Amino acid sequence: MIPLSYYLLLSGILFICGVLGFLIKRNIITIFMSIELMLNGVNLSFVAFAAQWHALSGQVFVFFVMVVAAAEAAVGLAIIIAVYRTRETLNVDRVNLLKL
Amino acid sequence: MLHLILFLFFGTICVAGAINLLVQSHPINSALSLIVVMASLAAEYLLLGAEFVAAVQVLVYAGAIMVLFVITIMLLNAGKEERTKGSRVATLIGVPGVVLGGVLVAWTLLHRPDRLSFPVGALKGDPGDIARLLFHDFLLPFEVTSVLILIAIMGAVVLASRPEPVGRPVHTSPRPRETRELVATEKDRP
Repeated sequence: MIPLSYYLLLSGILFICGVLGFLIKRNIITIFMSIELMLNGVNLSFVAFAAQWHALSGQVFVFFVMVVAAAEAAVGLAIIIAVYRTRETLNVDRVNLLKL
Repeated sequence: MLHLILFLFFGTICVAGAINLLVQSHPINSALSLIVVMASLAAEYLLLGAEFVAAVQVLVYAGAIMVLFVITIMLLNAGKEERTKGSRVATLIGVPGVVLGGVLVAWTLLHRPDRLSFPVGALKGDPGDIARLLFHDFLLPFEVTSVLILIAIMGAVVLASRPEPVGRPVHTSPRPRETRELVATEKDRP
């Protein structure tokens, strides 16, 4: 018997690592990976609650989160490639103008 | 007891990978440690009895999405992260705030009077049940996400496609100054 709080704690730790990476990292790709880490933490708590309350729909929601994450990764990485083509940098501090 | 040991083992790997993602300065190392995090999360899903979610986690997350990341890092030849000053507000207020919030959440979860717990594998997350739910109760959201991912694919193709080749009148936004100078010097060469 593993307490539910352990799973929620692990999920919280993952989410906090993602937020910290989002705040302190300067590379745009690493920031994007931190967002994926946050999504993974949320997915873990979805599955844990689904097991707790015997509701399989929690696991179905994980699939929807995964689909949205895949779409977000595809579009986001395309945006990163476009930014790199015009700016030739991946540092978010150097991308500070909307116009060229 | 064995389940608890397995949970702690994979949880430790998971947290170590997440911290390694923060510590590493090269993005490719961060990407590889994110793969470790996702693979160990799949093991945690297996401990919860969610077999299909674990398989999809390995296939989609650790497979497809991370391949996208690694390919982008290699395509852009992303080097070591350069340390700039960054946002002072984010470092001074954001980081302590996040740590404080995390400690609060942990304290609340671990000091619950009634510790919710559940037997491992109590819920059968086999593909048949999930498919019945996905294609019956959640049919409309399923179709909507398929439209979403179609739009995302088209957007990614449009965004990442090469701009107009030089020679034709360029209707897109002007190039940055460095590139323009580079083109000029190449043209001046006999």
